[in-house]
Amino acid sequence: MKFAKKAVALVGAAAMATSMAACGSDSSTTATDTSSSDEKVTLSVWAWESTYTAAIKKFEEKYPNITIKLENVGTNTDEYTALDNAISAGSGAPDVAQIEYYALPQYAIKGNLLNIADKGASDYKDFYTPGTWSSVNYNDGIYGLPMDSGPMAFFYNKAVFDKAGIKEAPATWDEFYEDAKLIRKVDSYITSDSGDAGFYDSMVWQAGGTPFKTTGTDKVSINLTDDAGAKKFTELWQKMIDEDLIDTKTTGWTDEWNRGMNDGSIAGLLTGAWMPANLLSGAPDAAGDWRVAQLPQYSEGETANSENGGSSLAILSSTEKADAAYKFVDFMSHDRSSIDTRVEGGAFPADTETLEDSDFLSKTTLKNADGDEVDYFGGQKYNEVLAKAAENVTSGYQFLPFEIYARGIYGDTAGAAFTGKTTLAKGVESWQSKLKEYATQQGFTVE
Amino acid sequence: MSTSKTMAAATLTAAEQLELAEDADAGTPVLEGGAARRAERRHQRRVARDEAAERKRSARSGFSNPANPRRSWLLTLVTGLFVLYCLFPLVWLVINATKTQPDFVSTFGLGFGRSFALWDNLVTVFTYQDGIFGRWLLNTLLYVVVGAGGATLLAIMGGYALAKFRFPGRRLVFAVIIGAISVPGIALAVPQFLLFAKLGLTNTPWSMIIPSLISPFGLYLMWIFSDQAVPGELLEAARVDGASETRTFLTISLPLLAPGIVTTALFTIVATWNNYFLPLIMLKDSNWYPLTIGLNQWNKQANTVGGQAIQNLVVTGSLVTIIPLIVAFLALQKYWQSGLAAGAVKE
Repeated sequence: MKFAKKAVALVGAAAMATSMAACGSDSSTTATDTSSSDEKVTLSVWAWESTYTAAIKKFEEKYPNITIKLENVGTNTDEYTALDNAISAGSGAPDVAQIEYYALPQYAIKGNLLNIADKGASDYKDFYTPGTWSSVNYNDGIYGLPMDSGPMAFFYNKAVFDKAGIKEAPATWDEFYEDAKLIRKVDSYITSDSGDAGFYDSMVWQAGGTPFKTTGTDKVSINLTDDAGAKKFTELWQKMIDEDLIDTKTTGWTDEWNRGMNDGSIAGLLTGAWMPANLLSGAPDAAGDWRVAQLPQYSEGETANSENGGSSLAILSSTEKADAAYKFVDFMSHDRSSIDTRVEGGAFPADTETLEDSDFLSKTTLKNADGDEVDYFGGQKYNEVLAKAAENVTSGYQFLPFEIYARGIYGDTAGAAFTGKTTLAKGVESWQSKLKEYATQQGFTVE
Repeated sequence: MSTSKTMAAATLTAAEQLELAEDADAGTPVLEGGAARRAERRHQRRVARDEAAERKRSARSGFSNPANPRRSWLLTLVTGLFVLYCLFPLVWLVINATKTQPDFVSTFGLGFGRSFALWDNLVTVFTYQDGIFGRWLLNTLLYVVVGAGGATLLAIMGGYALAKFRFPGRRLVFAVIIGAISVPGIALAVPQFLLFAKLGLTNTPWSMIIPSLISPFGLYLMWIFSDQAVPGELLEAARVDGASETRTFLTISLPLLAPGIVTTALFTIVATWNNYFLPLIMLKDSNWYPLTIGLNQWNKQANTVGGQAIQNLVVTGSLVTIIPLIVAFLALQKYWQSGLAAGAVKE
């Protein structure tokens, strides 16, 4: 009896605590926007990149009333999971978040992000590269500002290429295929891929494919099996897998992968222009051996290129400090001192001014962790190549409005092709059917 | 040991008995220092020889002494392989914690690097990013002491009450606990997150501590253990002597429950120390991260724009992270074993 009484009291107390807490959160949502006045504001910012810290210091010097609380809640997909949780819980979401270009449509379409077009962002069209600008524009709104970009380039280990008797970086994919055979003869691989969805997207984009299209907020078309660009790349890559010309066992961003690039067993990389700093810290022994070139083309004389990675800063629509948040986003992505700090830290710029800057273009060294300048690319003006790559990015490619999910299941479907269990074409087909199924579940009309 | 000696003695030959008598003489406390040690060694050799002889006899007769079982090369080999398998990651961790980052990516994984940098790595681990690792270590300790400690305390009291008191609804509680054991903690993490978000408790240490306080398995273990280890007659005697229930619990029952308490404590400590998914979704402020999440953040850093690869720090940090657990296990394994065997035999 005594026990029962106590239990009732306990449950009562718990219920009271709940209702009190509920009151607490209610009152906070009615708070007004205080950022326009001189009052002190604290912004919660989620971002994982280490280059943010120094730029935020500069921001706080310029705006002493705004304090930034930077939180690294996890790298890319980990952050998105946290963001989804906070959004569905209705509390705990930040004011500003770093969101990669591929994930932006997903949050924009659900109304989670603030359209900043009328806050002044619409004047910035010519400030950024066409590729990054089209990535933050969505359904006639602007949902973030570009922080960096990742035009695709071919990074290769010249020492291994020399050993294999190859004089120049391949200009076409046919040459790439022939070079891969020569490099295989000296016990290296021209590149590695064990089933990376982001890479697949970028390569289809470069091949001129537009497999995904979203119209309005509820119509999506998914056409990987008939898309000409997707077909071109799938055929090329199948040939490379079949003849053991790419390393399908080493997963990207693992210790093993760094090792492979460090000792030359992986002699090339098809990836975004932000790679140099990562190459330096991941493969320090190969300094001096690596070079950068444009991506090979499907026919000679073409210059098609695509983006890989890169992210924007977006304001969550749940924020109560929209004005201060915009000041922050504007400073971080648009202010000269912030851009310079971040480029110094290893980010690849998204603005045309830096890409034309002569100091930037003539750089031949990279700064390592100890602050020493390392001649990583053997004296090559690598930024010249990468800036050219940025110029060549074609527009018109669209990501899915549920790209995070799509990339998450790529490994389970198309990934099987990399272990030889199926062909890439069949794998992509099953990826497509899963995507269509998911789109329907999410309430999209699939065309 | 004593059992095997008596068994062996029963079948000793006259000559062996003579030697045994010599041993007994040599083992007298009159002898000191080196002589005593020599005698002890001689004695142990004798015992080993006797046991080997006994094994040989039992192999022939087909009967074997459970305290001195026949040896199997195959089983020894299998166990040895398993030991290797278990120790392999640990050895790798220790070796690689001594490498610098360039050595880590360029030298053979199971061999030492070109320089021995364990000390440098340890210093850097505790100073990197303004010494955030120390903060993570303290956070983890806080979650373990308050969370796992609280879980153990609640399990002791709850288990004891369920075992020793009769009240309506006891069977229902049993069903709930058994049900709760079969629900993995990870499955509850997201609902817990939504609940805590409503209460405004996410991103605070409470969001780690409160869920850690509940350990259905610990409660079940303490219940079973209390049932076996605390005789009802003892409690009755205490009550007859006029001791209050609190006093009976604290002075009579608690000492009897010690092995079970240690076992439960180890379970909850390990579960809290290694908890990954709960803090991953609950905590956003790196100042409240436990070691598991913090180390993962360091590990991921290499993959980001401008991020330095610091695998050497991740590996050294991991080594530092597991040392307290190893110490806890080694120090408490005596209790751990007796705790596991509790209730195995009905006396």
